[in-house]
Amino acid sequence: MNAIEIRHVKKAFGKTEILTDIDMIVQKQTIFGLLGPSGAGKTTLVKMIAGIQNPTAGSIIVNQTMMPSFAMMEKIGYMAQSDALYSELSALENLDFFASLYGLKGKKKKERIHAVLEIVNLADHAKKTVSSYSGGMKRRLSLAAALLHEPEILILDEPTVGIDPVLRASIWRELRCLRQNGTTILVTTHVMDEAEKCDQLAMMREGRLISTGTPEDLKDGSKTLEEAFLYFGGASNEN
Amino acid sequence: MRIRALVIRIIRQFARDKRTLAMMIAAPMLILSLMSFVFSDNDLVPVIGINEGSAFEKSLSSQDAETVEFSSKKEAVAAAEKQEIDGYVTRLEDGRLEVMLEGSDPKANGAVLAAIQKAAAAEMPAKQPEPAVTMLHGDKDMEMFDSIGPFLIGFFIFFFVFLIAGVSFLRERTNGTLERLLATPLKRWEIVAGYVLGFGIFTVLQSAIIVWYAIEVLDIMMAGSIIPVIVTALMLAVTALTLGTLLSAFAKNELQMIQFIPIVIVPQVFFSGLFSLETMAPWVQKLGVAMPLTYGGTAIREVMIRGGGIADIASELLVLLAFSVLFMILNTFALKKHRKL
Ligand SMILES: Nc1ncnc2c1ncn2[C@@H]1O[C@H](COP(=O)(O)OP(=O)(O)O)[C@@H](O)[C@H]1O
Ligand SMILES: [Mg+2]
Repeated sequence: MNAIEIRHVKKAFGKTEILTDIDMIVQKQTIFGLLGPSGAGKTTLVKMIAGIQNPTAGSIIVNQTMMPSFAMMEKIGYMAQSDALYSELSALENLDFFASLYGLKGKKKKERIHAVLEIVNLADHAKKTVSSYSGGMKRRLSLAAALLHEPEILILDEPTVGIDPVLRASIWRELRCLRQNGTTILVTTHVMDEAEKCDQLAMMREGRLISTGTPEDLKDGSKTLEEAFLYFGGASNEN
Repeated sequence: MRIRALVIRIIRQFARDKRTLAMMIAAPMLILSLMSFVFSDNDLVPVIGINEGSAFEKSLSSQDAETVEFSSKKEAVAAAEKQEIDGYVTRLEDGRLEVMLEGSDPKANGAVLAAIQKAAAAEMPAKQPEPAVTMLHGDKDMEMFDSIGPFLIGFFIFFFVFLIAGVSFLRERTNGTLERLLATPLKRWEIVAGYVLGFGIFTVLQSAIIVWYAIEVLDIMMAGSIIPVIVTALMLAVTALTLGTLLSAFAKNELQMIQFIPIVIVPQVFFSGLFSLETMAPWVQKLGVAMPLTYGGTAIREVMIRGGGIADIASELLVLLAFSVLFMILNTFALKKHRKL
């Protein structure tokens, strides 16, 4: 089953074309990585999948529903690249706010807030205001906010930037656990070793998909993903 | 409900940001206090009503006053009520002058009395008995501040709410939280409504405190009752709130938000009744029609100086409501820039 289908998507801001003819399928219950250097267009692509932006041409279908759609947005969890948190409020108040936006209330809301705080290991700091948080803590809180409503589709834009290796490993463990429970996860990254952990990968460069497949497929002859990336990127430049 | 979540969040943020809360309430109080010490005067050509065939016409015109003829005092009072004339003069049987002043503008009062006294002296250089002065509104002790105070109350509430609401909405955008909100199933209009309600609660508090302070502490003249003044102040605040959040869509940062002050706020000071409109060209006067402060200022003045009630200011309140609704609708459209749906 396809969780996300991207068909001939183009995105232009004014006259500059940022994404060119993106065609891509994300299967249900996979961790799908979008790998590409800064400026490749990863954020622009995931924003369109989340329904915040519209493609200039082409279509994006999530769970058989054409995006953007309010009904689908209820089922998507989105973690933005930059932490979108209210720094005057405590972590608890931030989560309470986002939970209410997704219609959670009462006991269920409390339970979910507690659960996501445990996942990102912030339960001990829940009452502190976000302005006193470190960069990594804010990153984790953003992730927690995206998990609140148990979304079917989880979109994470560079989720582990600034998070220490121990915690990063525990977050990846949690992502695999979510996948086991049926969640489809789309992760963007510009770090090769993180891309290795994905089930499926799409490599992006300058607004184009240069290749897709499992990390093993992509490596093929090359020893590392980095080499593979250079290989595919070089090939696309020559064309 | 999603709007409720927004409202609760805004209240929590405000409760943490005591300084902004203080600015919204204490700054207008401080400036009003300072203004109450300041007043100025300038030349004004008063419009004076006279009886048909009155000998005053020629001598008054030579004193820089315009004259309008009436066949009875009743007609003149009606004209003064509509603020078509600033005063009305007749000669009593005992030869003394009787002057009726419209009264809301102390500057006009002074100009009317000065013109009449000079005219009488020119007619009859001998010592004149004091004219008998009656006032339709206000009283002779009314100071400049009593007359501009009502406008200033409206102005400072408008100014600070515009700025604070505009900057907070702008922050929502520059911090990336607006985009995060737009990734949830929140409708665009729900965001706008949540902001108006969340801030609205604080503007109720602000309007009530500032109006109370102006009347009780600064002892500004108050002919009507306090509730219609608070209602008007609140409607002005809501207009400022919706205008501020709308215009923040066109600012890239806080500094650009502040740049709206000379463009949007300052013109309202000139055209909205703080300075006598009578001395302006008619086309300039018409600009005031498009400015919310014109209606707010007129309504507060009507209540505080002329003793009007809610019924007398209903049309002004409705115009302010219409402005607010219009700005909210436009803002809902402006958010399309960030999410089409
Ligand atoms: N709103 C926008 N207007 C104009 N250009 C944009 C806008 N958003 C992104 N871009 C451009 O699109 C390109 C891709 O950006 P982005 O999607 O953020 O890349 P990535 O997330 O892979 O780093 C960049 O060159 C960026 O400058
Ligand atoms: Mg990015």
